[in-house]
Amino acid sequence: MQKQNGTELKNKAKQLLQNKTVDRVAGFCAGEFAYDPSPCVFYSAEEIEENMIYDCFCSPNFSKFLVKETKKPGRIAVFMKPCDTYSLNQLITEHKIDKDKIYIAGIGCDGMVDVFKLRNKTGSAILKASCDNGALTVKTPDGDMTFAFDEVLAERCLVCKSKKHVYYDELLCEPSFETDTGRFDKVEQIEKMSADARYEFFRSELSKCIRCNACRDACPACTCETCVFGESSSGAESRENANEFEEKLFHIIRAYHVAGRCTDCGECSRVCPQRIPLHLLNRKFILDINRFYGVYQAGETVGQIPPLTDKNESDPEV
Amino acid sequence: MKRIGVFVCSCGSNIEGAVDVCKVVEAMSKEPYVVYAANCKYMCSSSGQELIGKAAAEYELTGIAVCSCSPRMHEATFRKAAASAGLNPYKVEIANIREQCSWVHKDTAEATGKAITLAKAAVSKLCRDEELYPQSFPVTKRALVIGGGIAGIQTAEDISNAGYKVDIVEKKPSIGGKMAMLDKTFPTLDCSACILTPKTVDISHNENVRIFSYSEVESVSGYVGNFTVKIRRKARYVKEDLCTGCGLCAEKCPTKNVPNEFDLGLGSRSAIYIPFAQAVPKVAVIDPDSCRMLKDGKCGLCSRVCGAKAIDYSQKDEITEEKYGAIAVATGIDPIDVTPFDEYSYKNSKDVITALELERILNAAGPTNGRLVRLSDGIRPKTVVFISCVGSRCTEEDERGKTYCSKICCMYTAKQAILIKEKYPDTDIYVFYIDVRAPGKNFDEFYRRAAEKYGVKYIKGMVGKVCDENGVLTVKAADLINNEQMMIGADLVVLAAAVEPDKTAKALASKLNASIDGNGFFNEAHPKLRPVESPTAGVYLSGACSGPKDIPETVAQASAAAAKIIGLLSKNTLESDPCTAHADELKCSGCSLCANVCPYNAITYIEKEFRMPDKTVKIRRVASVNAAVCRGCGACTVACNNGAMDLHGFSREQILAEVDSICS
Repeated sequence: MQKQNGTELKNKAKQLLQNKTVDRVAGFCAGEFAYDPSPCVFYSAEEIEENMIYDCFCSPNFSKFLVKETKKPGRIAVFMKPCDTYSLNQLITEHKIDKDKIYIAGIGCDGMVDVFKLRNKTGSAILKASCDNGALTVKTPDGDMTFAFDEVLAERCLVCKSKKHVYYDELLCEPSFETDTGRFDKVEQIEKMSADARYEFFRSELSKCIRCNACRDACPACTCETCVFGESSSGAESRENANEFEEKLFHIIRAYHVAGRCTDCGECSRVCPQRIPLHLLNRKFILDINRFYGVYQAGETVGQIPPLTDKNESDPEV
Repeated sequence: MKRIGVFVCSCGSNIEGAVDVCKVVEAMSKEPYVVYAANCKYMCSSSGQELIGKAAAEYELTGIAVCSCSPRMHEATFRKAAASAGLNPYKVEIANIREQCSWVHKDTAEATGKAITLAKAAVSKLCRDEELYPQSFPVTKRALVIGGGIAGIQTAEDISNAGYKVDIVEKKPSIGGKMAMLDKTFPTLDCSACILTPKTVDISHNENVRIFSYSEVESVSGYVGNFTVKIRRKARYVKEDLCTGCGLCAEKCPTKNVPNEFDLGLGSRSAIYIPFAQAVPKVAVIDPDSCRMLKDGKCGLCSRVCGAKAIDYSQKDEITEEKYGAIAVATGIDPIDVTPFDEYSYKNSKDVITALELERILNAAGPTNGRLVRLSDGIRPKTVVFISCVGSRCTEEDERGKTYCSKICCMYTAKQAILIKEKYPDTDIYVFYIDVRAPGKNFDEFYRRAAEKYGVKYIKGMVGKVCDENGVLTVKAADLINNEQMMIGADLVVLAAAVEPDKTAKALASKLNASIDGNGFFNEAHPKLRPVESPTAGVYLSGACSGPKDIPETVAQASAAAAKIIGLLSKNTLESDPCTAHADELKCSGCSLCANVCPYNAITYIEKEFRMPDKTVKIRRVASVNAAVCRGCGACTVACNNGAMDLHGFSREQILAEVDSICS
């Protein structure tokens, strides 16, 4: 259940606009369904009063969205969950976001609902949803259902890496800390599989890929000017996978490209319409980096250099 | 239209021995774009190069592929041949069918197949070669010498004599290095100070030379001909220009019991001190760790007695920035720490000393004024045992020592034995050795003189243990020639400690982008043919920084490095290799990953305006490569996620074409 209530956010957003701290505010407005709030930008207190919402379905990581937003004139306020701020730091480090053009209000988070999980559990249309007191109540044509929050929480939230905001201008919640929730357990399980079983696991998962590019488009580490998979000269331009090799190629190349820069925000798996656990590839890379070069959390601070692109005097000479 | 000539070298029997060169020629002549293919006994010979010229003219070749040895050997040769045939020299590709093929394969069919594959890959790359042109840039006519020992002094002296400016950076308060600590030098037994002091004094008066003593290199940027070096001038708390070196401050300083580094801690000095009598510059320095004024703010005696008003307790480290065309590394060697060798009781007994410590004891300006006495009781030792190879020629497993021979120990041991015998002929001297290595002018004669004329007892065998029982030393050893165990009661044991590169060498190498070997010695550009150049252009190696050396060899190398530097500084402009990185600004997202990995700091970022299709202007941060600084290592090209970085002469397209050609 989110710690922050919508009214508090609304008031803060209106205040930031009114005292001219920012020119606009990014937030959520109601979507078509109860479980899919849409990101949108508010320019006036009236719009905020009327349309702004915040609930346990407001999952998206807004950091990548700021790459384009900060190219526009004026300053924008964004409410960020702890995990979002890691991606933000990484983007600031890579000169993708100008700090002067953002105002970050850190908001507390107890995790977000995984809509797929929820829909599987309800087995029917969700007409209304509300989270309260550690439980989620949904209204369906078959009547109301109530779920314990842990039952419907997204995997990335169940193994949350940190409740600490690593970047903010203002905190709307109590400062919190990093957490250790065994997020590498699944990777270690996969490592223990035989090579064949492991290959089969990823082959079958990646074979579901429809190359919609949602993972790439949502990933805050995917910020190339022109994606190699969008370039016609690459021979692998935006199109469906032609064969099994291409299915793997896309995701493995993507994992390599974000290695050392991936903050493990989990957006790739969240947006995947085919439910491929893409974050496992990235998490394996993170675990390997931790083992080889010491524990490293991308996005922990602005200006840190990923171990894979770092060099220093103690490096062994070739 | 591409018209490619393929030239297959037999290299005598080097290639022909394993590769059927005729088959390679035949296969290559059928390749697309190949209009000419031929074999030659030695492509690098003048007839081989003439063949290139003739074929280029006759067949109007646009590119040349040579199947021969490693490009490190003859790429330059064939580029010149292509240039004289009127081609762009960068339209030449080498297929290495010697080191990477004929030398490592025995089966002719297999080797021939591989040679053809390598040749095809070279042609694929060649088809995508672009014409490249070097840039020229000016040369800063000043050299930097890092290290003020005999090597650095010699290099600086020679460069300055050719009329160029030189700066010496020395980390200690005085120049002079290890040689200043020695008593006499082998094999002529000249007094070390007597031959070194005139040089240090001369260099300090040389108007082309500046000495930055008590200073260290902070950072290095730039490239051959145009280095920018930041030098940290450590606070000595004494104004160098005012101090007259009178020494009154040291005399009056109340803190007198600081171990004297110059005497390796055997003697003591005051908190403000002049390192040694012949120090250059002869300027006092305050050791902030022992000075009462700097520690507690109570004292100030030196400031009161200083007639020149040179004391300045508020002095801070200063960074000066200088520009240089060339850099000589003269960081030299140090004896290793022998304390881990428990068997020799160095830690426990004051009468087990290192050879450099003995050098200080024998030195008339040393802690005992040149009298040979035991440090434990001040009594003259009657039996002295020298142990060679302490930490030298160790096995790989023995982490206390080095696998290499330290080269100078046999000779200085003989020298020290002779010096003791000359002064005190009744001393019994034993030298335990593995081998006596004395190759050098008058070296073997010198060692034999020690053994035969002076009666020094040379015993082949290693010492197993030195026992210290209540101050009585017993040396337990094996005499391998007589095959017997020996027990010698010794008054003094001297350890010939191995030498290792100076502690600062590794960090310096990293600042200079110069490479070092597994032992920490600087690598030569070529161990035989370019021994005083580092693989990094513009960085030269003077003296023992590249391996253990005695004084004559150090001086010879120091002069050789100077000659190379003079050659560089005499040029007004230099040409850069055009095989450098470049960023595709349309793809670059300005993320800085490439700059993180660039070992040469060749990448900077600019804010650039882009006109968008909708006629708006977008300003983006994009990478910009300084072609003069870039060495074409390609690290940036693989770090770039955007695929924006590419290398002239080694483009991604070319590499992939090679891979495709090999795999198809």
